[in-house]
Formats: sequence, C-alpha cells, structure tokens
Amino acid sequence: MYELDWTSIPGAIPLLLKGMMTTLEVTITAIIVGIIWGTVLAVARLGHNPVLSKLSAGYVNLFRSVPLVMVILWFYLIVPQALKAIFGDDIGDIRLASALVAFALFEAAYYSEIIRAGIQSVPKGQVSAGLALGLTQGQTMRMIVLPQAFRNMTPLLLTQAIILFQDTSLVYVIGLSDFFGTAYKVGDRDGRLVELLLFAGAIYFVICFSASQLVKRLQARFVK
Amino acid sequence: MSYNWNWGVFLEPTVSGNDTYMGWLLTGLKWTVSLSLSAWVIALVVGSIVGILRTAPNRWLSGLATAYVELFRNIPLLVQLFIWYFVLPELLPEKMGMAFKQSNPLWQQFFAAMLCLGLFTAARVAEQVRAGIESLPKGQKAAGLAMGFTLPQVYRYVLMPMAYRIILPPITSEFLNIFKNSAVATTIGLIELSRQAQQLVDYTAQPYEAFIAVTLLYLMINVTVMYLMRHVEMKVRIPGFIGGK
Repeated sequence: MYELDWTSIPGAIPLLLKGMMTTLEVTITAIIVGIIWGTVLAVARLGHNPVLSKLSAGYVNLFRSVPLVMVILWFYLIVPQALKAIFGDDIGDIRLASALVAFALFEAAYYSEIIRAGIQSVPKGQVSAGLALGLTQGQTMRMIVLPQAFRNMTPLLLTQAIILFQDTSLVYVIGLSDFFGTAYKVGDRDGRLVELLLFAGAIYFVICFSASQLVKRLQARFVK
Repeated sequence: MSYNWNWGVFLEPTVSGNDTYMGWLLTGLKWTVSLSLSAWVIALVVGSIVGILRTAPNRWLSGLATAYVELFRNIPLLVQLFIWYFVLPELLPEKMGMAFKQSNPLWQQFFAAMLCLGLFTAARVAEQVRAGIESLPKGQKAAGLAMGFTLPQVYRYVLMPMAYRIILPPITSEFLNIFKNSAVATTIGLIELSRQAQQLVDYTAQPYEAFIAVTLLYLMINVTVMYLMRHVEMKVRIPGFIGGK
C-alpha cells in the first residue's frame, strides 16, 4: 500500500501561491473582458442590423462548438505570430498572453448567451417606455434595459465565473504554470505527485464549493 | 507573415510510413467518438441513479447523492482526470494497482478517461434529472402511490417517462459537452482528436491545416449530435404538451 507523505507541500506554498496568482489573473481578465465583449455580442445579436446579428451568432456558435483545449491551442498558435508581427521579437511571456486572449474571447461567447437571455427577460414595455420618454435606442439599452438585465443574471454570471475558474486549469496544455500546473510540477519534482494532486483537488473544491454556496445565498436574496 | 499552405499534407505518408496523416486524424476521431460514447453510457446510468436518489424521501440517500454532485462539480475536470490516472492506481491494493500499470498504456489512458468523463458528466446529468422530476406536479407521485404502485414503480412508470422527456434539451447539451470535454484526455496522452492535431503540428510543420481540419471534425460531431437528438426529441414528444404535436 502506498504511504502518503505530505512533507513536500509546506515548502512549496510560495510557488503554489504564485501559481494561484496566475490562475486568478487569467480568471479575472476573462471575466472582465468576457462580460464586456459578451455584452457587445449580445446586443449585436438582438439588434436590428441583420449582418451584425448573423456575425455575432456565428462567433458564439463557433466558440461554443469547439473544445476549450482546441481554443487554447489555436490561440497559442496565432497570438505569438500576431505579437511578433506587431512588436518584433521582443515579447514577454507568450504563454500567458495567449492564455489571456484565448480565455477572454472564449468566455465572451458563453457570457453573451447568458446576457442575451438576461436582456430578453426584461419586459418589452420597458423598451417602449424608454423610447416614449424620448431616449434613443442606445440610451434605452444602456440606461433602462441593461441595468435590469444584469441584476437578473448576476447569479448566472457568478456561476459561470466559478466554472471559468475551474477551466483555467486547462492552460496546462500550453505549459503555463497556473495553480494546477505548479502543483503538478512540484509533485513531479519531488516524486510526490499523488499528494500534490490530491492537495490541488482539495483546494479547488474548497474554493469552488464555498463560492457556489455564496452564490446560492445571493440568489435566495434576489428571489425574495 | 508568409505561410505556405499545403492541403496535400493529409495525403502524405507519416514518418512511420504505414499510414497517412489523414489516417492519423481518423484514428483520433475514432478515439474521441468511442471515448465520448462509452463515457456517456456511464454518465446516463450513474446520473439517473444519483438524480433519482436526490429526490428520494430518505435523508441519508439524498444527502449522499448531493455530496456526489457537489464533489464532482467543484473540482476541475483536468484535476479529476489526473487523480484517476496518476493517483488511484497508487491507492488501490497493490495487486490491482500493478495490474493496471502493466496493462497496455493506451487502455490505461482510455479507461481512466472514460471513468473520469463519465462520472464527471454524471453529476451534471443528475442535476438535470432532479430538476426534471421536481418540475412534475406533486399530484403525479401521489396519484401513482394511491393506485397501489410501490415507490420504485411510481418512478419507473409515472415520473421518469415524463421527466426524461422534459429534460431532453439540457441532456442534449450535456451530450455535446462530453464530446468537447473528451479533448481533455489529450493531457494524459490518449491519441484522440486534439492530441492528433498537436502531433500533426510537430510532424508536418503545417499547423493551420491540422488545426482547421480538427476544428471542422469537432464541428461535424456537433452537427451530427444535434441532428440525432432533434430526431429523438420529435420521436418521443407527447401530444398536448408544449412542443408536442
């Protein structure tokens, strides 16, 4: 029987924390860019311009049909070449830049579907009322519809953020050292892969479980 | 930026000589499809059982089912896969662990990925099954019991036939997800589609052709599954319900 030996974990804490910072960096960038770009996509999709609407639908469907692993690999292929074309050979950590772009554009597709549903959940009368008050289409969307839509969909956006936090572990495929990647490397180095993997799983569980319980409470408060 | 497009690369023989690069892609497709389908069977069976148990009147059973769902939903798929592949063989009794490690590596990878993907998706299916059962009017269960059915019979003949029909759309999207999630198996070396994409890049230096081809194959899987599930949906719908005839 295998004997568990946890002694290599305390010494690895600083490294693991550094990895966690990378994980959070990717997660938070993807949430912010994803929600902004996702809102643009959702508004374009629901708008009156048929070309923009089709383009937005195509973007969302394409990203939603392809595995995240492939998207990460795609951007690891494209981003370095694009950066080289713009900045020459003097570029920083290509892997982090590729991961940031990949997750932001990928998540935008998922966020845009949530936001679209949120916009559609606002009663039509709100739009008519806004227009009747003399607001333009854009103003109605910005000042009347979107604030209500975002309030309705906050729990869903947060749940998606938890899923995203878990998904960032897939940057492993391009060798970026996020929290999971670091745990794997430390485990491999010390011959303690079993302990490090179990430890990483436990940390993810604690974070995601507590976060999802908080979202549940928030949701209960919204329903009231 | 100049890039030499060469779509003919797929017909060229591979380094080992006895296959073309197109053949590699098709092998990858075969593994992706067989991994996803076998994991889907596990997901449906385990997911249905766990989902039903979550609605069971016994507190211990429903608690256990809830624990299952929370555990599998709050750990990233990649971490779960590595635990199945690297950790479990170590923690098993020595003989079983050794037997696993001495078997064909391809089967080790396939087996670990299948279990992982199946049990991971089962947690999601369970949530849908529970939601489907809870969406039925309470009177259905009461009526079944009043007619003298036992509780398992009520589930079998009254609740589940309706619940499964109601949850078909979300189940379809879980079915699509399992194909996409199967790409994670590339990390333990299983030669499924996205692994083959990476191999083609290494061997042919034609990354764009390889990635475009693999992306198209994933899109094709997606379209096929959606088409099939739409067919199933039409087949099983009940007259008189929304979406019915």
